[in-house]
Amino acid sequence: MIPDVTDPVIHDVPNDKGLTDQLLRPLWKFTGRWWILIGITGAGTVWMVICIAYLFRTGVGVWGNNIPVAWAFAITSFVWWIGIGHAGTFISAIMLLLEQKWRTSINRFAEAMTLFAVVCAAMFPVLHLGRPWFAYWLAPYPATMSVWPNFKSALAWDMAAVATYGIISLTFWYLGLLPDLAAARDSSTGVKRKVYGVFALGWRGAGRHWRHYKIGYILLAGLATPLVISVHSIVSLDFSIAQLPGWHSTIFPPYFVAGAIFSGFAMVITLLVPCRALFELENVVTLRHLDNLAKMVLVTGWVVIYAYVLEQFLAWYGADVFEFQLYFRDRLFGPYGFWFVLMLVCNVLVPQLYWIHGVRRNPWALFFTSVLVNVGMWLERFIIIVASLSRSHLPSSWADYSPTWVDLSILFGSVCFFLFMFLLFLRLVPFIPITELKELRAEIRPKTA
Amino acid sequence: MSRAERHLLLEFPTSESMLEAIANLRAAGFNQLETYTPWPVSGIDEALNLPKSPVPRIVLFAGLAGAIIAYLIQWWTNAIDFPLIVGNRPAHAAPAFILITFETTVLFAGLASLLAVLALSGLPKLWHPVFEAEGFESASVDAFWIEVKLQGEPLNEKRIREIVAPSGVTKIVEMMRNEE
Repeated sequence: MIPDVTDPVIHDVPNDKGLTDQLLRPLWKFTGRWWILIGITGAGTVWMVICIAYLFRTGVGVWGNNIPVAWAFAITSFVWWIGIGHAGTFISAIMLLLEQKWRTSINRFAEAMTLFAVVCAAMFPVLHLGRPWFAYWLAPYPATMSVWPNFKSALAWDMAAVATYGIISLTFWYLGLLPDLAAARDSSTGVKRKVYGVFALGWRGAGRHWRHYKIGYILLAGLATPLVISVHSIVSLDFSIAQLPGWHSTIFPPYFVAGAIFSGFAMVITLLVPCRALFELENVVTLRHLDNLAKMVLVTGWVVIYAYVLEQFLAWYGADVFEFQLYFRDRLFGPYGFWFVLMLVCNVLVPQLYWIHGVRRNPWALFFTSVLVNVGMWLERFIIIVASLSRSHLPSSWADYSPTWVDLSILFGSVCFFLFMFLLFLRLVPFIPITELKELRAEIRPKTA
Repeated sequence: MSRAERHLLLEFPTSESMLEAIANLRAAGFNQLETYTPWPVSGIDEALNLPKSPVPRIVLFAGLAGAIIAYLIQWWTNAIDFPLIVGNRPAHAAPAFILITFETTVLFAGLASLLAVLALSGLPKLWHPVFEAEGFESASVDAFWIEVKLQGEPLNEKRIREIVAPSGVTKIVEMMRNEE
């Protein structure tokens, strides 16, 4: 049997024309299944918008949040979504710099996932503001009230981090897309040709264009790389600058970054397996891609496990009675004990299946396990936020939290909204980087005279 | 005042044959060349003798500008114009300001790399004479094109055809282009 690492990253590609035609096909041909999916996710999105309108009309009281659990579903979902985005940037930027050729096929896919995850993430803190129509107060504009944002506040940091992350992800994604939009323009006629032509900005692949393009793209990858680390580090500071037991910890930044990449890789698998089947892409998204992604989930999963162990250890070794009680009594035996155990099952036990070669190479086994990892990572943030807030230093202020139907609807709706945007992306732009694959094909093709 | 010039567009099936044709054309004294390729062919910069791209320098300055602007805004608004003293922390709190400074550095540098690539490439420019050439659509799919400016005597066209023929040129199209 051929060892995994030497499996071809693309196969059965006759020539560049065939490859271009295959990868552009989803843009021209509409399938019935796609319409069904867009209908379902579109309906979920509409429901989310209705719930948000109700929230704006009535106020955050429609959520289950209250003192002491002032942050609940909104911030959990914010951290979860932004974390999912990180694997996209990891694949598109860090793996580009590390010259991991296998990433090429899944690069744009993962980047688009980042983009839409950031959109979903950015929504939640704004919904949580109470008066979301004043969200622009976070920007340092010359206001007539002559007050400025407080830049020592985590809210201002989050705004800078998420806005930068969203804009840079879009920039990187668009620059990578440009030559493929030109290919879509040149392979179409009529209105589509005009629309793709406008978005291709007149790209014609001139030698003088590529010269700037190549270096610009690498620089953007280099700039996006520290964002993988910095954005979730800043998000983790929202917690660790507080004094609450369960939050006040210096391991939060690396712990959050590892968790983010862990959940993001799982989400890439969750999205990739159905798409690969739906659009018949087994020749460019091979079992080797899925195998490698599963290995990344396993590696980052172990970093997360290390953080879990260390958290418990420090709670014991730190000899702080509140920390000790939170970690050794409330987490396991408190009101959220069931969810804590479920989180451990999803994040600690499930990824261990990826040690098995047959699981890593079975797309649908990967699909179901990766969904469980995502559930586990959502629960992890829920435990960090809600279980900690409900048991602060002062026992008289302890109170439990339970979500309302609006909480659940907006979380569910955000998943639909994410999938809705993703489905549109699959049909409107080439979601496998055609140009990069052709370049890769030329590199790995045996040289003929 | 612009003046239309005749150019020839030559299509090749592979990047190797295109590079070979470029070398032969340059050796024969045709230096006003441009290529159109579906992906960045390595060795093209050397073949066309293109200077180094100024994009990295632009990105560096944009990044530095982002860092300086972000830090100055935070310092001036929070420490000078309206000092916010919360929890007896210093009004000028460098560690707290570093986070936004870093993010803004990346933001400015990243936007600058996109804008610099576009501006230096003269894009957006939705129409270009090469798009009128017959069969030029293949330049973004699977073919490699060279554009040669016809200089001097009318005989040159014949010479170019002779030079590129052994490299396996698959199509030759004439194009009128205004001098910029």
